[in-house]
Amino acid sequence: MIKIIVGRLLQLIPVVFVLFTVTFFITKAIPGGPFTGERQLDPEVTAQLNAYYGFDKPLWEQYLNYLWRFARFDFPPSTSYQGESSGEVIARTFPISLAIGSLAFCIAIIVGVTAGVVAAVNKNKLLDYIPMSIAMLGICLPTFVMGPILAMLFGLVFKLAPVSGWHGLNYVVFHPMVMPAVTLGLFYSAYVARLARGGMLEVLSQDFIRTARAKGVPSHVIIFKHAMRGGLLPVVAFLGPAFAGLISGSFVVEKVFNVPGLGQEFVKSVFNRDYSLVMGTVVFFGVLIVLFNLASDILQALLDPRSR
Amino acid sequence: MLGTSEASVKRLTVLVRWVAVGIILFSCNLSGFAGPADSLTIQEANKHKVLMLHEGTEPRTLDPQLAQGVPEHHTIMALIEGLVGDGLKSSSDCVPGMADRWEHNEDFSVWTFHIGEDRKWSNGDPVTAHDFVFSYKRLLTASFGAPYAEYLFVLKGAEDYYRGKVNDFDKVGVKALDDHLLRLELIGPTPYLLSLVRHDSWYPLHPKTILKFGRMDERDTKWTRVGNFVGNGPFILKSWYPNDVIEMVRNPLYWDDANVKLNGINFYSIENLDTAERAFRAGQLHKILQLPLDKVAYYRTKYPQLMRIDPYSSVYFYRLNVERKPLDNPKVRLALNLAIDRESIVKNILRAGQKPATGFTPPNLADYGVLDQIRYDPDKARRLLAEAGYPKGKGFPKLTVLFNTMESHRTLAEAVQQMWKSELNIDIGLQNQEWRVYQDTMNKIDFDICRYAWTGDFMDPVTFLSIWTTGNGNNNTHWSNPKYDELIALAARTGDPKKRFDILHEAEALFLSEPPIVLIYWYTNFYLLQPSVKNWYPLALDNHNYKFIDLEASPEGTK
Repeated sequence: MIKIIVGRLLQLIPVVFVLFTVTFFITKAIPGGPFTGERQLDPEVTAQLNAYYGFDKPLWEQYLNYLWRFARFDFPPSTSYQGESSGEVIARTFPISLAIGSLAFCIAIIVGVTAGVVAAVNKNKLLDYIPMSIAMLGICLPTFVMGPILAMLFGLVFKLAPVSGWHGLNYVVFHPMVMPAVTLGLFYSAYVARLARGGMLEVLSQDFIRTARAKGVPSHVIIFKHAMRGGLLPVVAFLGPAFAGLISGSFVVEKVFNVPGLGQEFVKSVFNRDYSLVMGTVVFFGVLIVLFNLASDILQALLDPRSR
Repeated sequence: MLGTSEASVKRLTVLVRWVAVGIILFSCNLSGFAGPADSLTIQEANKHKVLMLHEGTEPRTLDPQLAQGVPEHHTIMALIEGLVGDGLKSSSDCVPGMADRWEHNEDFSVWTFHIGEDRKWSNGDPVTAHDFVFSYKRLLTASFGAPYAEYLFVLKGAEDYYRGKVNDFDKVGVKALDDHLLRLELIGPTPYLLSLVRHDSWYPLHPKTILKFGRMDERDTKWTRVGNFVGNGPFILKSWYPNDVIEMVRNPLYWDDANVKLNGINFYSIENLDTAERAFRAGQLHKILQLPLDKVAYYRTKYPQLMRIDPYSSVYFYRLNVERKPLDNPKVRLALNLAIDRESIVKNILRAGQKPATGFTPPNLADYGVLDQIRYDPDKARRLLAEAGYPKGKGFPKLTVLFNTMESHRTLAEAVQQMWKSELNIDIGLQNQEWRVYQDTMNKIDFDICRYAWTGDFMDPVTFLSIWTTGNGNNNTHWSNPKYDELIALAARTGDPKKRFDILHEAEALFLSEPPIVLIYWYTNFYLLQPSVKNWYPLALDNHNYKFIDLEASPEGTK
């Protein structure tokens, strides 16, 4: 087991390297640069800026320089935040996305697993149709529709949550992370519910469950002890990358609630051609994905005797 | 069988009825609360006199010499004050800032500013004329890479120093005659200097603070951070949460603190206008930068007391690439202009008080007035097109209008496309590009027709007309006319304001007679403002001197 984990961690190096290289050359290939602005700058100014950030050097030299600096965790300065490196920007914004993402993750699991299990146990009954219809609606309703609806409802009608912002909001009941987390959590819970239902149905139809029933094991024991363990495997497989996605922030939700998280930096850095921040966020996200995929694989192995 | 279906129909009807009742109740509730909430946040803010302003994007920097955008300027002007400050009721007016008084020679080419002896930096140091010299030297140091260094090129010798032709800064026309006397020698008559020096690039900096955090020409130092920032404006930096809020509190050392009415300002960076509008409704903001276009009609009828439509010094137009056929023919260019019914565009598409552009320079710029030269005249347009060799649009090649990806630009482009088709019988394609890609294409002049807008930096027509001179980095049309260049240069040498405007009128008329652009409209600034905000006058440059702004503590809003 440890051998596998170490092996997977070692795989991280080539994965990140390829990711870094591909991203670097693709971003550099997009027309426009960090200093193309609404107004044309004096050519000398542009030249100075390019020299300052090292963008005047040949592409391969820029690439090696970036690679070397990132390898030593010496992140190059961001061109969209004066006096901050891409590492500092990520360190500033990640905690916010982590808080929202973790809460959203809990909501997704609690709501999604409950709905999925209830639906599976009550197959083809009202308690199956209702949660599954809602889940279908949840999948179809994008966060940029759900977000504003929740913001209007809880911000403007019930006045419990702020509709925008993060710091210094004194006169609201909910912490500003609640609404973004609910928006994201509900969206993910819809997927979780469908996966949980499918997984549970498959397990519930298997022989060992029938045997347990025949032996007179109470049905809650069957569901919680025997069925859920195998039934939730697809959910666990989904949650690894989902968690990485959740904690690295969602551009849409962060824009709708104006939360200063990492998700918007991800997208904005490309719009701003902030090369350092593009590389920083992409590599950061890449590492998270690999790590949480690994975590979910380990968890699956622990849950599922077949894959051990 | 029949019975069951009847029963289910009945059940369905009941269900529909309940849903309908639910929707009605919900929407009543919503509309009841949809008005601007008299929230606790805004009550407290009014009581404590903290103004909550919305700025669109996060300021890239608070260093005035590195700043480029409007949000930066709006934030920095609370922290740093230039030689003069913005006036209360008009962007043309100014009030004493660091300078108590000033005088100029007869042709406006040498100015002397008397720095008030009571002017202090927020750390207690006195503001001196030497600070200005230091600041201008920093801006003009090429290795520093200040984006708007050219704004100081009106100073004698400044451009030579910047380009390295002169290494002695004493040769530049800025001198501290003593601690409180600053003399500016300019390359020519500049009657609008008082408007110019309100731009960020002319602001003074505290030399010791700059040097404490790095070399003079070093970018990216940490002097602008909370705790490090030393300014001389009415407010000081309290906290800065990027992409969220910048909080400022009153500066007790500000020379005119007795007349500052607010105790603090919070600047919120909210990029999404719909989110900003919701925040306004939730009572989290006193003012939003701009109302989403689709909500203008709603607020106009429902909450006119919250909506403001002010003239704004900006013009929307299409650039024409005059090197591409048939746009090289001035008659074609004029025909394209005359075939557009701007009244209809303004009335039916934009609907927020914009004005059809009849000249390039928008109204409200001092006493310059506007040129009424480009009018909707389809008959003349058709005639001109025929004279150019394309009768009834026959043989006219297919051109493409380029714009940055945004729904409003597309809508407008479709209207123009339609007008050109019906009036001139020519076909135009539409193409959108992502913001930076579009800018790149535009700077390379790799387009037929390209949408753009130009906003004035100061209150003089030169801020609009100078971009059309040959070789100007913002010309981007290949258009060049020696006579035009000559007139602009002549205006720069003319001291008499009236004569100067006459020359500029002549230049603009010449420009419009063979326009390398298609005029569309003059902007307005439409936004939401809480009635509790006092002294917020319509200003063409939208730069409000925060020391005049006040908040009324009484309850407000429509609810």
